[in-house]
Amino acid sequence: MAVESASLPGRKGAAATEGADTPMAAARMPGVKGMVSDWASDQRAFKNVPWGKAMMWIFLVSDTFIFGCFLVGYMMVRMSITEPWPNPSEVFALHAFGHDVPLLLIAIMTFILISSSGTMAMAVKFGYERNRKATAILLIATAMLGASFVGMQAFEWTKLILEGVRPWGNPFGAPQFGATFFMITGFHGMHVSFGVLFLIIMAVKVLRGSLDTGRAGFLTKRRGNYEMIETMGLYWHFVDLVWVFIFAFFYLW
Amino acid sequence: MAHAEGQQHPIKIYFVIWGLLFVLSVMSYMVDILHLEGMLRWSLISIFMMLKAALIVSVFMHVMWERMAIVAVILVPPGAILFLMALMALEGNHTFFNRTTFFAGG
Repeated sequence: MAVESASLPGRKGAAATEGADTPMAAARMPGVKGMVSDWASDQRAFKNVPWGKAMMWIFLVSDTFIFGCFLVGYMMVRMSITEPWPNPSEVFALHAFGHDVPLLLIAIMTFILISSSGTMAMAVKFGYERNRKATAILLIATAMLGASFVGMQAFEWTKLILEGVRPWGNPFGAPQFGATFFMITGFHGMHVSFGVLFLIIMAVKVLRGSLDTGRAGFLTKRRGNYEMIETMGLYWHFVDLVWVFIFAFFYLW
Repeated sequence: MAHAEGQQHPIKIYFVIWGLLFVLSVMSYMVDILHLEGMLRWSLISIFMMLKAALIVSVFMHVMWERMAIVAVILVPPGAILFLMALMALEGNHTFFNRTTFFAGG
């Protein structure tokens, strides 16, 4: 199979011990029994997962804890204060079409980020099909959607700062509103910004054919392959996933 | 059969999930537009949020096609955050109670 042979460089050890012709592959069980035997096999536990993807998952689980702690901290602050919390529906309203539309900008940002997740998922698919042109176009589209998200967030921050919202106080209610807002959305926006940077780097790699030829990367010297796009995609979908929770807990609650 | 390392699935499923995420986002936005309040608002927001998160993780991040060895590593540890959340909700309520009881009007 084309994918199998193309993904061999960099995983020689794993491929040699677990090719389709070894008894290992035939004995692979699904479900709980499979999990126990995978972990007990005294080899790599994640059988069909490239190490780069496994490491990305471990990073994302740790990042889940960071965002989880931020959101739990926000929850506790909001539960324990006696002053009224500013109404997000009014604070984040945008004057358009002759009246104030609640959360208009946030809704647009949400749809943009979901769309960027869709283009990212398709970029991964076309990458494995060795369709370089479609992959590059989709990666660039994802990066542009991400950049426009960050741009809108900058607009939103500017608007709130001009209205007097600060990390230590604001004209609408509880002073902790600004502290949690700038910390949570700022940390998320930083993730999006770095994601855009990675997407552009990956698009360049795809366009010049580095992933087909296995050319070594500029920084890490890792040989290029199309699994990198799937790993990159995991990071991008995670950023979208975090926004789902921020949208629900911060803007709608 | 040789096992392919990469996750490859028909493009249709990505479009379906994309559409579903759009619909769910519109529905959670409608909760705010229609000014639903109280338990109805919070439960609807939570349901739409969990559905969206589940779709992204299972399909876009391919978790539903992964082996259980890595699925467990991904999904079990974040359960600790739920435990922390429960503890901090108790603590937050307690703090709020103390503030309203002993510092009211202060």
